Amino acid sequence: MSEFVYLFRASETEQREAMGTPERAQRSMQVWLAWIRDLEAKGHLKDPGQPLERGGKVVRGKKKVVTDGPYVEAKDLVLGFIIIEARDLAQAVELSTGCPMLEGGGSVEIRPVMKSPF
Amino acid sequence: MERLRDLDEHLFRRESGRMVAALTRIFGVHNLALAEDVVQDAFCRALEVWKARGVPENPAAWLMATAKNRALDVVRRERTARTFAPDIGRLLETEWTTAAIVDEAFSHAIRDEQLRMMFSCCHPRLPEEAQVALILNILCGFGANEIASAFLTGRAAIEKRISRGKRVLASSRRLFDLADAEFSPRLSAVRRALYLLFNEGYHGACAESAVRVELCREAMRLTALLSEHPPAAGPETSALAALMSLHAARLPARLDSGGDLSPLVDRDRSRWDSRLVAEGLALLERSAAGHEVTAYHIEAAIAAAHAGAPSADEADWESIVSLYDRLMAVAPSPVVALNRAIAIARRDGPERGLEEIHAIEGRERLESYPFYPAAMGDLELRRGDREAARRHFAAALALARNPTERRFLEKRARTCESSSKN
Repeated sequence: MSEFVYLFRASETEQREAMGTPERAQRSMQVWLAWIRDLEAKGHLKDPGQPLERGGKVVRGKKKVVTDGPYVEAKDLVLGFIIIEARDLAQAVELSTGCPMLEGGGSVEIRPVMKSPF
Repeated sequence: MERLRDLDEHLFRRESGRMVAALTRIFGVHNLALAEDVVQDAFCRALEVWKARGVPENPAAWLMATAKNRALDVVRRERTARTFAPDIGRLLETEWTTAAIVDEAFSHAIRDEQLRMMFSCCHPRLPEEAQVALILNILCGFGANEIASAFLTGRAAIEKRISRGKRVLASSRRLFDLADAEFSPRLSAVRRALYLLFNEGYHGACAESAVRVELCREAMRLTALLSEHPPAAGPETSALAALMSLHAARLPARLDSGGDLSPLVDRDRSRWDSRLVAEGLALLERSAAGHEVTAYHIEAAIAAAHAGAPSADEADWESIVSLYDRLMAVAPSPVVALNRAIAIARRDGPERGLEEIHAIEGRERLESYPFYPAAMGDLELRRGDREAARRHFAAALALARNPTERRFLEKRARTCESSSKN
């Protein structure tokens, strides 16, 4: 088994849309919990990740310029991540297709965790 | 294994109304949109945190605490740029008192704030249907889409109603003051809106039975809030609560297992909810404390007369007819007259019932009401005129407003065809 990180990205508008009314928020929550539980039940969930605040700071360059960020207007704001275990990248992709994020227009970036030779 | 903890399926909707009420207490009703933003933000945070760490032990308290923290952030960030609720605005200007005031709004004040919001939604400048839509949206957390499907109205029309209502709300800085001189007339409007809300759930056009049960439940929850506030309690509110309980008791029998209207509702009374019947009867007794007999009293008494009989045939139709006579005197309408005629048919036979139906004043107003020809069909069938019954049921079917009514009336129409072959 190999480890993969899922990075969840969406714009703030997409996230707001998914949670727009109490009924929609309820549905979004239920499908997320169901998806995560399913990954867990099948032994794929390595780490459920951490919730991230939307705003923070970005430090850039040699001059270490500190700016506010990421910008909430960003199209692909990273909203969170989880770590899963899968046979290979193909299976990791397959497992990600059930992610509720995709229904609302967001994306899941799948990155294999590098293996060390020893 | 917190991730395995289940969510109550109405959690977000139910907490939404309480959160908006508490937040409006702090921000002022003119900042209603801000309050709704904060609620939405709390929902977004819940999604992020719960999917990583699981559903907390008390999700409702978690949402409340999150909304409270966001409210504090908003007050600290915007206290110079915005005016909040005028009566506590000054206390929010300084850090010394802010936290205590916000705490207070999120603790025992929530019930009062929901009441005040309810009274504010029943603003005399708003038509009744807008008041009901506003209550459903703000206090019960239903979105425009869900309200539209419950009322079989277009989403655009409902959105217009809600946004117009919110403009009226926002034009006043504070929520309705429960000590206001206008309290009593406004209380009548609130009761009326809750009555309409309940009826929409009970008789309404929405085909989905789960939605309808939720509407009835919300109307009962808000009526209970009224009953807990002494100036709003009293005989008329008890009568309203009684009639809701006595009708809600029938809900399990009103719809069959497939969610269709069941013609057997009166025959199979074993499926009525006996706890609600008992509660309704106790409330009805309490409602007798005053001198006034309102339409709610009479409707509750009619429902009680039905609930007290083991079957429709054994009901005391004599008393039911005289209750309808009184209801016609207090709150006459063609629908009440139709129900009275049906009761008379039960007491004196179908011919008398049909005579009464033909004598209904303003019966042209029943022309689009499917249960008007359906009632005549029933009576013709009982009288043995199958051809006339068939015609009435065909007319009723043409008026059906939704698939549930259509299926019900199709079944009725089929009954007379199969019996006419015999």
